[in-house]
Amino acid sequence: MALLDIRNLRVEFRTAQGLFPAVDGIDLTVDEGELLGVVGESGSGKSVTMLALMGLLPWTANVTADRMEFAGRDMLSIPPRERRRLTGAEMAMIFQEPMSSLNPCFTVGFQLTEAIKVHQGGTRRQRRDQAAELLQQVGIPSAASRLSAFPHQLSGGMNQRVMIAMAIACNPKLLIADEPTTALDVTIQAQILDLLVQLQRERGMALILITHDMAVVAETARRVNVMYAGQQVETRPVDSLFDNPRHPYTAALLDALPERASGKTRLPTIPGVVPGIADRPGGCLFHPRCRFAQQRCKTNRPELESDRDGRVRCFFPLDRGEPTDWPEDAESRGSAA
Amino acid sequence: MFRFAITRIAVLLPTFIGVTVIAFSLIRLIPGDPVELLAGERGISAERHAKLMQEMGLDRPLHEQYLTFILDVFQGDLGKSIRTKTPVSEEFFALFPATVELSLCALLFAVAIGLPAGVLAGVRRGKVFDHSVMTVSLAGYSMPIFWWGLLLIILFSGTLGWTPVSGRISVMHFIEPITGFMLIDTLLQGNYAAFNSAVRHLILPAVVLGTIPLAVIARQTRSAMIEVLGEDYVRTARAKGLPPWRIVGLHALRNALIPVVTVIGLQVGLLFSGAILTETIFAWPGIGKWLVDSIHRRDYPSVQGGLLLVASTVMIVNLIVDLLYGLINPRIRHAR
Amino acid sequence: MTVDANAVQETDPEAQGLAARPMHPLVEFWVYFRESRGAVAGMAVIAVVVIVAIFADVLAPHDPTEQFRDSLLTPPVWAEDGSWAFPLGTDAVGRDMLSRIMHGARFSMVIGLVVVTLSLSIGIGLGLVAGFFRGVVETLIMRLMDIMLALPSLLLAIVIVAILGPSLFNAMVAIALVYLPHFARLTRAAAIGELSRDYVTASRVAGAGLPRLMFSTVLPNCLPPLIVQATLAFSSAILDAAALGFLGLGAQPPLPEWGTMLAEAREFVLRAWWVVTFPGLAILVTVLAFNLMGDGLRDALDPKLKRS
Repeated sequence: MALLDIRNLRVEFRTAQGLFPAVDGIDLTVDEGELLGVVGESGSGKSVTMLALMGLLPWTANVTADRMEFAGRDMLSIPPRERRRLTGAEMAMIFQEPMSSLNPCFTVGFQLTEAIKVHQGGTRRQRRDQAAELLQQVGIPSAASRLSAFPHQLSGGMNQRVMIAMAIACNPKLLIADEPTTALDVTIQAQILDLLVQLQRERGMALILITHDMAVVAETARRVNVMYAGQQVETRPVDSLFDNPRHPYTAALLDALPERASGKTRLPTIPGVVPGIADRPGGCLFHPRCRFAQQRCKTNRPELESDRDGRVRCFFPLDRGEPTDWPEDAESRGSAA
Repeated sequence: MFRFAITRIAVLLPTFIGVTVIAFSLIRLIPGDPVELLAGERGISAERHAKLMQEMGLDRPLHEQYLTFILDVFQGDLGKSIRTKTPVSEEFFALFPATVELSLCALLFAVAIGLPAGVLAGVRRGKVFDHSVMTVSLAGYSMPIFWWGLLLIILFSGTLGWTPVSGRISVMHFIEPITGFMLIDTLLQGNYAAFNSAVRHLILPAVVLGTIPLAVIARQTRSAMIEVLGEDYVRTARAKGLPPWRIVGLHALRNALIPVVTVIGLQVGLLFSGAILTETIFAWPGIGKWLVDSIHRRDYPSVQGGLLLVASTVMIVNLIVDLLYGLINPRIRHAR
Repeated sequence: MTVDANAVQETDPEAQGLAARPMHPLVEFWVYFRESRGAVAGMAVIAVVVIVAIFADVLAPHDPTEQFRDSLLTPPVWAEDGSWAFPLGTDAVGRDMLSRIMHGARFSMVIGLVVVTLSLSIGIGLGLVAGFFRGVVETLIMRLMDIMLALPSLLLAIVIVAILGPSLFNAMVAIALVYLPHFARLTRAAAIGELSRDYVTASRVAGAGLPRLMFSTVLPNCLPPLIVQATLAFSSAILDAAALGFLGLGAQPPLPEWGTMLAEAREFVLRAWWVVTFPGLAILVTVLAFNLMGDGLRDALDPKLKRS
């Protein structure tokens, strides 16, 4: 049985202009010890999905799903007290901005031991020792002395390591890393990623790595979930996804990678932006930006269909860069762009 | 931290000198000269006038006069009251505890109610409780406290007869001043009837004086809470699975307190302005009433000395608040 | 939310039309201001007070200083022994409370206007000078302002009145002086902020003289915080003038200034509640109205809070 099983998750925000679906029918499964990459542009609903799972959304959010189970427990009907026992202990999360995610008024040691205290108890001394050991594990030099440091006395990379230490303090079964390297220097990014992957292997925990960077996914994940405008558009093993992307959006994302664009003078871009609250198109959500869009794409919304080794949400999934099953009267390519 | 303190004190010095200049100019700006003032309405002969001017050093150039004045000030000599002929500093420090006692109780009242109300309003933003707190606090902020005092007297002293109208303690009790704080002195002497009387005398003035600070603290706490609750570290605290009381009461409040402490510190000047009015309404024998009486009696040396001492007190309190601010805000403590 | 903004421009023709014709600043201001019910209510109350102040002679049933010797301390009309001749009762010398409060509105409005005008114009001058001529001038001005801020405001006002002598006009001058530092500091901070902007440099390069640069280039952009502060100063001025009147250092009897009326009423506090209640209520309502409007103005003028 999967560790995490989410079916048809919808998250809507009540706004002045009405309900805005930030997440629109997401399916997500993660097995124990798996490393899943979730990719998508800003505003594609990646973070909101995870915040919904953790119960961290503001009160303006409506969360519904056919199923949302974690370690065999139903997260939709779980009482708040029960949920608090799980969050931070069995499932933990680290965020994008390490500098602002740690409380500036408390020492690193306090914030670290606090997580241990709430979930495991133990004596003050035990907690202190455990905290120092955790800091060592996440690669912070002279760990014991850093316990009394305040977050503003450490660098961004160090703070992210502290966040990681805090997240793994109670040996979670699932760690969610929400763009953990976006706010960091390029040289530090690789270190943090390596640390996450290493911890995931050592501890056998599941890791969901949220990113907008396809290159990061290629280096770390085994399975990838591509999201667009609150929907899942494609999911499959990383090799197969990179080798033969089947959704036009995935293909476009991969084309925009500098590593894969050898020889070309200009990197291809995807025209337009992710639809916002006022302009969610009918039909396929991606059709206004899709090179291959047909009349059917503008009127009908495609379902997520299974194929050989994954699932894709497209009427005419690509194969080796060419759309399949095009209708007889297909408009010539590019006319809709 | 030490350097932080030193720089703060260094900034205060020119301000203090400026205040001495204002206090010094006060007597010399009033129409007529100090000797005529001293003589009062009986008048004075030209000869005696000149002699007194010389005695008081008023015939010397201004800068020399100022130098003498400031040297006296640093030796603790603030001149003598025209009316009682006692040193101004003596009068001031005899009345000072009464004002401090009143102000501290007022501030305690303001914080004890304003802080929790503000926190709760911030947490329940947009709900009925929030709107009520905001409305009531805006009314409190707009309150003419001299009228508020009179209204409370009508209700609690007049209609209900619960509290006395004025003074610090019933005339039935005689309390030898030890600390000058009536609440402490009565307890030290084991006179519980007197303590009870002192408390009942203190309640209304403290509530009146605390009203505006309460409103300011509640509003500031609310907006600080709202800002802090949206911060990433509050989300982190929730992601750790902490119980709500710990998130609000520890992680959020600790950060929200930083601006709130500043605002509480700023209330000290305001509190003194309020004390002038409150002490006048309740015939509270403190500095505020003494200053107003001195002005009405044209006792200018008292006004001059009082002004200087009050300004110094406010500056010292503000300095303490500044240092406290450094203590509760780690980011300032470690910055140079 | 940049994504949303872009998206709206691309697809929604109506939104595009709006974007092409930006709202007049005053219209835009009104749209935001109207959202706050409290601010609109405050403005309505202020309008009423202003009308009463202007037409006090016509509206008031009696002359505010006329003493009706045979009806001293008459209670208000709804109490026992009340009469329609004196709807809010009479004071200790038989003057009609309602008429006195209506005429008192005049004093409060004039006090607010005079204090704010004096304080604002001098404060803006000092602040602009400090902002434009940095160095010694700035240090001198700002230090002086710091010293004034170190003193409790009412105490400083009392001392100034003590020097000038107690009267309504001197009280207004004293209060205006006490508020000066707030306006000077605000103007200086805003001016320094604006001076580093490109449009000021552009104006300078185009050859604008110093007065033009000060008053028609920089000052208009510093106005929003000053307007808010002015509204709040208006209400504080009414409060402080009433406080001075209450202490016997402001308007002198028999002027029907609200604070002075309270001072006269003090000895009757336990005998005739109405002589104490109504003048204070008038102060509270007026001050509250200005503070409500000030809050609304702040929200409407503060670009940080504007959505979209």
